[in-house]
Amino acid sequence: MSDPILELKNLKTHFPVRRGFLSRREAATVKAVDGVSLAVQRGEVLGLVGESGCGKSTLARTILGLVPSVEGVVVLEGRNLTAAGPDDLRAARRVAQMVFQDPYASLNPRMTIFAALAEPMLVHRVCPRAEVAGRVAELMQMVGLAPRFANKYPHEFSGGQRQRIAVARALALLPRLVIADEPVSALDVSVQAQVLNLLARLVREMHLSLIFIAHDLSVVKHISDRVAVMYLGKIVELGRAEDVIERPRHPYTRALVSAIPTPDPDVERARPRIVLPGDPPSPLYPPPGCAFHPRCPFAQEKCRLAVPPLASIADGREVACIRVEEIPIADRQ
Amino acid sequence: MPLLAVNDLRTFFHTRGGVYRAVDGISFALEKGETVGIVGESGSGKSVTCYSIMGLVPQPPGRIESGSAIFGGVDLLRCPAAVARSIRGKRIAMIFQDPMTSLNPYLRVSEQLIEPLIIHENASRAAAGRRAVDMLEAVGLNDAARRINHYPHEFSGGMRQRVMIAMALITRPELLIADEPTTALDVTVQAQILDLIRRLQRETGMAVIFITHDLGVVAGLCDRVLVMYAGRLVEAGDLRAVFQRPRHPYTEALQRSIPSLQPKGAELFTIPGLPPDLSRLPPGCAFAPRCAAAADRCRSEDPALKEIAPRHASACLRVQAGEI
Repeated sequence: MSDPILELKNLKTHFPVRRGFLSRREAATVKAVDGVSLAVQRGEVLGLVGESGCGKSTLARTILGLVPSVEGVVVLEGRNLTAAGPDDLRAARRVAQMVFQDPYASLNPRMTIFAALAEPMLVHRVCPRAEVAGRVAELMQMVGLAPRFANKYPHEFSGGQRQRIAVARALALLPRLVIADEPVSALDVSVQAQVLNLLARLVREMHLSLIFIAHDLSVVKHISDRVAVMYLGKIVELGRAEDVIERPRHPYTRALVSAIPTPDPDVERARPRIVLPGDPPSPLYPPPGCAFHPRCPFAQEKCRLAVPPLASIADGREVACIRVEEIPIADRQ
Repeated sequence: MPLLAVNDLRTFFHTRGGVYRAVDGISFALEKGETVGIVGESGSGKSVTCYSIMGLVPQPPGRIESGSAIFGGVDLLRCPAAVARSIRGKRIAMIFQDPMTSLNPYLRVSEQLIEPLIIHENASRAAAGRRAVDMLEAVGLNDAARRINHYPHEFSGGMRQRVMIAMALITRPELLIADEPTTALDVTVQAQILDLIRRLQRETGMAVIFITHDLGVVAGLCDRVLVMYAGRLVEAGDLRAVFQRPRHPYTEALQRSIPSLQPKGAELFTIPGLPPDLSRLPPGCAFAPRCAAAADRCRSEDPALKEIAPRHASACLRVQAGEI
């Protein structure tokens, strides 16, 4: 079972916040990612959820080396990226690729689809120049676009088509890990379904590992094997997708799950809702102890004292709540 | 008499690329206190419908070609500007997806909140200020008396949305038009805002038109649903009837493409093709090219929205004929 493609150990990404006009002294630190440890297996889809500002995108960017970490280790296919030189990093980028949320921003408007898909192959010399055209056609077919559109520009495509081009571009180097950061959040439901089907098929056929970042829990549950829930830079719950979303154990996951509206009037109007008070706290000044305690309906004095570790519970999932065994389990249904 | 009756509204955009029929013959009515959801994908005309009612369509390129929107005996589309102004912003209020587009970043929240009271009700600044603080408290802002003096950027996204709702509701409107007010928010904040709208509606008895593409939000909030496609209503009916037994292939397709209603990991239903170009609409039903149930006459005959059961209307020729 344990053949992780990616391992994170106590990963931390902090951003200094500078104040002042001339001195630019360091006033505080935003702990965007604050001690994340997890492993992604080969062929596994890991869903990563949490509210805006919880650090899920920063975590993705740190894994790919787009922002530097301050502590901890990223191991990709046995290679420690945090200590790697430029050559190792370049090699790692072939293994891990990213799909971004906004297909309008992630494709160069002045490059044809052919140029956008061929560029990574030429940069990384994955195949002889003569074979590039054939590979581009293959990639386009793989994501359900006719190769005859190769000489068109991004503006000639709809949002869903562009997102499929972005997926094709990520696949150009035959990566083994794809990180998709909110790839369907900007799309209409009917188009969202196309991109979700495509990602699920690619994972199956290419034996890809996928980290799927989203805030829509029903989408995450649909595509993921396991789900990690983040709050203020830390993972608070990690386990099988059905367990986490159908029977959440961490009070934050419960609130998050209860906030998703169900498109069924009878269920939607009958189910109990947990409406969390307030906003997520500022990551500049996180509360002491468990960062969720000021909004948690189950919080007690002890929750303010120490940061709860992510610990295994009976069904194999991990939860970062010291009261988890005391709180009655609530089924979503 | 309904609170608002929209009849045969047509709003086109005249551009160099052609005439875009953004809203193409829409009729619906809204009773006092009722909540109606308008659902549909981007470009289906849900926002333009409401912008037309509110007089927010930029003219040119937009033009209201025909139709009426009767509110309190006044046709909002034809009445003198001064009459429309006395209704819009007072008896009808609107909130938007992005609160920063309706809040002025240069003005303190207090200035923006009291403006409608000073304009519409001739209130004194002191009295308006007191009501503004009360309103901010009603939308769940802690420490309202102090925070009313803050600028919009000092609030979080969810709080700004609350401020915008407070601004819209301060004149106690009879109708609130909400254009995707929770789309840009996190689910937890969305839950807070939906709760707030439900509560304020109970307290004030206002009617709400809620534009969204999220069928889950509609399920929890609305009494009735209007489904739009390519500028037209394709289905209209009571919430449960439409959700439990959709009577238009487009509504059904929308429902089937939502992951939460499908078994985990199952291939999701997708609608083949793309929404039509609104400047070159196909003859017949605009959905026919993408519809699995389309017959020959769907591509030639123009479908009208007809009642197929009590309070349930569909614009599908084959549903109307009892074939599907």
